[in-house]
Amino acid sequence: MIPAEFEYTAPESLQDAIGALASGGEDAKLIAGGHSLIPMMKLRVAAPSLLVDLRKVPGLHGVERQNGHWRVGALTTHTTLEQTPELGVVSAVASTIADMQVRNRGTIGGSLAHGDAASDLPAAMLITEAEVTLQGPDGQRSVAAADLFKGYMTTEVGPQEVLTEIRIPALEGWGYGHEKFNRRSEDWAMVGVCAVVKSSGGTCEDVRIGLTHMGSVPLRATAAEEALRGQELSAENIAKAAEQAAEGTNPPADLNASADYKRHLARVLTRRAIQGAVGGG
Amino acid sequence: MSSTVNVRLNVNGTEHELDVEPRLLLVHALRDRLGLTGTHVGCDTSNCGACTIHMNGEAVKSCTVLAVQADGAEVTTIEGIGTEDNLHPMQEAFWNNHGLQCGYCTPGMIMSASALLARNPNPSEEEVRHGLEGNLCRCTGYHNIVKSVLDAASKSGAQA
Amino acid sequence: MSVTGAAPAGHVGRELRRKEDPRLITGRARYVDDISLSGQLWAAFVRSPEAHAKVVSIDTSAAAARDGVHAVFTGEDMSDLGGALPMAWVPPGVEVNNPEHWPLARGVVKHVGDPVAVVVGDDRYAVSDAVEDVIVEYEPLPAVIDPEVAIAGAPYVHDQFGTNEVHQWSLAGGDVEAGFAEADVIVERRVVNHRIAGAPIECRGVLADYRAGSLTLYTSTQVPHFVRLFMALLLGLGEDHVRVVAPEVGGGFGQKLQVYGEELFACWASRKLGRPVKWIETRTENMTVAHQGRDQISHVKMGAKRDGTITAFHVKILADFGAYNMILTPLIPSLGAFVMGGCYKIPNVQTDITGVFTNKCPTDAIRGAGRPEATQMIEVTLDQLAHELGMDPLEIRRRNFIPKEDFPAETATGVIYDSGDYHKTLDKLMEHVDVAAFRAEQKELRRQGVYRGIGFCTWTEICGLAPSRITGPNGVGVQAGLWESAMIRVHNTGAVTVYTGTSPHGQGLETAMAQIVADKLGVDPSVVEVVHGDTSIGPEGRNTYGSRSLATGGEAVARATDKVVDKAKAIVAAELEAAPEDIEVANGKFSVRGSPDKGMALADVAGVAYIGAVPEGMEPGLEETTFYDPENFVFPFGAHACVVDVDPETGKVNVVRYVAVDDCGRAINPMLIDGQVHGGVVFGIGQALYERVYYDDSGQLTTGSFVTYAIPTAAEMPSFETDRTETVSPVNSLGAKGVGEAGTIAASAAVTNAVIDAVRPLGVDYMNMPLSPMRVWEAINQGQGASPEGGPQS
Repeated sequence: MIPAEFEYTAPESLQDAIGALASGGEDAKLIAGGHSLIPMMKLRVAAPSLLVDLRKVPGLHGVERQNGHWRVGALTTHTTLEQTPELGVVSAVASTIADMQVRNRGTIGGSLAHGDAASDLPAAMLITEAEVTLQGPDGQRSVAAADLFKGYMTTEVGPQEVLTEIRIPALEGWGYGHEKFNRRSEDWAMVGVCAVVKSSGGTCEDVRIGLTHMGSVPLRATAAEEALRGQELSAENIAKAAEQAAEGTNPPADLNASADYKRHLARVLTRRAIQGAVGGG
Repeated sequence: MSSTVNVRLNVNGTEHELDVEPRLLLVHALRDRLGLTGTHVGCDTSNCGACTIHMNGEAVKSCTVLAVQADGAEVTTIEGIGTEDNLHPMQEAFWNNHGLQCGYCTPGMIMSASALLARNPNPSEEEVRHGLEGNLCRCTGYHNIVKSVLDAASKSGAQA
Repeated sequence: MSVTGAAPAGHVGRELRRKEDPRLITGRARYVDDISLSGQLWAAFVRSPEAHAKVVSIDTSAAAARDGVHAVFTGEDMSDLGGALPMAWVPPGVEVNNPEHWPLARGVVKHVGDPVAVVVGDDRYAVSDAVEDVIVEYEPLPAVIDPEVAIAGAPYVHDQFGTNEVHQWSLAGGDVEAGFAEADVIVERRVVNHRIAGAPIECRGVLADYRAGSLTLYTSTQVPHFVRLFMALLLGLGEDHVRVVAPEVGGGFGQKLQVYGEELFACWASRKLGRPVKWIETRTENMTVAHQGRDQISHVKMGAKRDGTITAFHVKILADFGAYNMILTPLIPSLGAFVMGGCYKIPNVQTDITGVFTNKCPTDAIRGAGRPEATQMIEVTLDQLAHELGMDPLEIRRRNFIPKEDFPAETATGVIYDSGDYHKTLDKLMEHVDVAAFRAEQKELRRQGVYRGIGFCTWTEICGLAPSRITGPNGVGVQAGLWESAMIRVHNTGAVTVYTGTSPHGQGLETAMAQIVADKLGVDPSVVEVVHGDTSIGPEGRNTYGSRSLATGGEAVARATDKVVDKAKAIVAAELEAAPEDIEVANGKFSVRGSPDKGMALADVAGVAYIGAVPEGMEPGLEETTFYDPENFVFPFGAHACVVDVDPETGKVNVVRYVAVDDCGRAINPMLIDGQVHGGVVFGIGQALYERVYYDDSGQLTTGSFVTYAIPTAAEMPSFETDRTETVSPVNSLGAKGVGEAGTIAASAAVTNAVIDAVRPLGVDYMNMPLSPMRVWEAINQGQGASPEGGPQS
């Protein structure tokens, strides 16, 4: 399994990277860690004509606290996220991605720009209400995570744009929970649920629930969120709200999971994730 | 053919300069160009981990890294961590604990396990098992692999 | 280390660390892809995307015109072969439909992955590009995927037979109908042993080098001698001009017990092109076209008296062979039939097998080959019967065990079990597992919503292939003797080389055989080198499969060594002026009994032998060869317990504990035995919980990679508890039995029984593998015994 031929460049500035993308035409692709793209190239599902490698571009690495949010460089690896527990739910989710070697190479920017419905970080971006910065030939723009994922492996990132950083609100005082269901721990999520809960005196002040692999894009379980918001965080109320976790979803079925089973899993995992969040998570 | 790219790699302490097709996978650069055949290929999909090496000190799957991405990197392969006369403690532990049978997954397993201990010198059994989730073995049932890693950890702890 | 160094007494039985390991842990081993020959070319196959289709046209011109491409071949180019790929089972009196099977399809493809063309070029990158330029036009034909549909009639995989049935074969003893008439209770179940893959971590690979009339083939195989024979026959070469080397082999699990079209193609192409030709399989290819295993649907019926005494067991197996018969395909279910009574005294046992073609990858031997399937049928059904009778599952087993006084014990079907003590292994298991405490814990946990279950499997199997008179052309019908050879060469210096006809690939035979030889010759195992897997070195061999390499191959080594010892004793007797029968091997020396100071080390004996100062009438040298054909098979056995937790909400099963007590006769190296059991158990757990080769209704394979075909990782598995009893086999002088397949044969039934035990309170009485989360969840949902595949019909 060998990639088809392509041209390669590793520019040393963001401007040059954007320029290379622009001159490379529509089959030019960015590569960061490559752990989404290279497997697809080896299977020849993807065959870019030009790869623009971001590895020499400065300023795209690392996690920094800035005021009320975290600024995460696009080339930050899953391992770094895992080793930064202050990131809360994002760190917890990152620690379940594939395996150690993949986490050492895979990057948050690559994962988000790739937009695979089964990948773990996008749902965490939805519930932290993160924003990404996109740099293109016409300048820079900010896109909310809720607007980033457009469809199956389709994102708002334009063909000549580079996702440079992610800003994740710090969510201080929120509890979080994450439940990833798969057959083997290195597998993609059959269904994943992450949740953050802000409580006050045993009442749910706010809650956000993210669903992975329950559609062609990551989803918020808004019905379940609404059902719990303002309610006492009793086991009964949590269970009742979680019953609505799959509302409006149309999950893709496969050999191991029918759509019905996935909806059922979403409900069970949502209850567990909220319980985890409430339990101090 | 696409134009070649000049790549510098430090492999097991030796500097190499190679002209490579951009699509050349790092594992093929090591095996076919540098003759380091201890690093194996067992799947097409970054699952099996037989190709695991250290790149700048971190365990990575060399079948999912382009040689051009490794330009300037320090790479260590199974051949670089120990020799028959001077085994790495993890190699010794695999030998002592029957941590291998056919041996095909073993180099990748040893490279992952040694990276795991570098990060977490005293792992629990569960941490070892999760740390090795990216390496498939079809022979051993993992029992003696896990035992080997815990043995290596306890021995290096004893030396420290 | 000195080659004449004195050895500690008794290497056999020690946990000697492996002689194989230094090269493997340092990355210095040589697997096929690690070998390169100057001038070598690479091959890549163009494979059918269709399950069944007529090949209308193949346009190779664009591929052939590419830089770096030397040739593109199709089936027509290979019309000079001496015959099609082999199927080596001709059961007397049984008709087997056997279609021609070519390395490259001739006009029609029968399963996804069937090869239609090959590109040969400069390197692996060039040929992987060029295969995309071969344009094949297919005209799809109706495909049949489900074996129960296929056996019912058209469409046919092979029209010329007018049926999809491959054969029918039965083995019966006693009278099952009479046995059922005596029974108070009868249970019937549909038992599915779904299709799995061998999935060695090293895929297949070949490197063929034909030059000046001689062929050398390096291939990742378990059976280099069989491959040599068929390369010679099919290419019209003298067998003496064909050398097959199995270098380091990265796992086999039966998948590499085969003569494959890719091997034949590489040899043919090397002769045609005058260059070495290499092909390294991708994982996708391995999952698609390397032979697969199991895939049996059985209707089983077991009857018993109220007290639990089993009166009859009748099994009807529908075995899905896929699109072609490989070397032993139709024989595989029969291997299960030989032990269909398990370790129980059942007077009436009958197995009826029907083989069927489907448009899928062929099946053949995969670890256990027929015996895991049989054990699943026996052990899961027995639990069902116990439940029906309200008996404890261990009590019903004990009640029916063949008592140790009966051994050698003839079963209803005339198979003679060599030795056994089934109560003893189960007693030993009970030392590790406190069932009463477990039941109390289980009850308490259920109160907390945790569904924990325990399952048992007391098993036996038939291995140590094989007595040729039983398995050969006039017996079962395998067209080969299955004896084994060994040659022992003591060198001038006293170092020893053992040439075994087996072809181990991970089992640790280099170590175990060295231990056997070292003890007999009074040397250290470090000076005993075991050589295997090269047909040009050592005697003709019969290779490695069916847990035979120690019981049969090791016995050959022992016998050849005995011959060396006899000769050495005669030499020593002459030198020391004693009688040969008074010479013994003690403390590293051949010495006169009672005079331990006076003696000769093996190196001294070899010195005499090679100088030629041997007694009159004796040939010089110290080297002996044996061909050993066993009198009987060997029958290892054991008792396993598995504890699982089932998440009642998600259906996910977690193996919490696994205890295996096995008896493989005398333990030559207990460390190696434990290792074989660990790996075997995970293979069986893999089948029960994780793994499944799956084709959709159109015959497309949906499990073509390690993403979708889920072999377990370390994170899913627990550590194992192993123990053993040692009931020696009378069949060989070592007292040893095989152990390579033991864990696999036992585990899937133990897991299945444990899962059913866990979810019984949720209304599930019976389930078939694979016990994947969704299927368990569905079974729990349906509840009250209405399980997805085959509810209780008793």
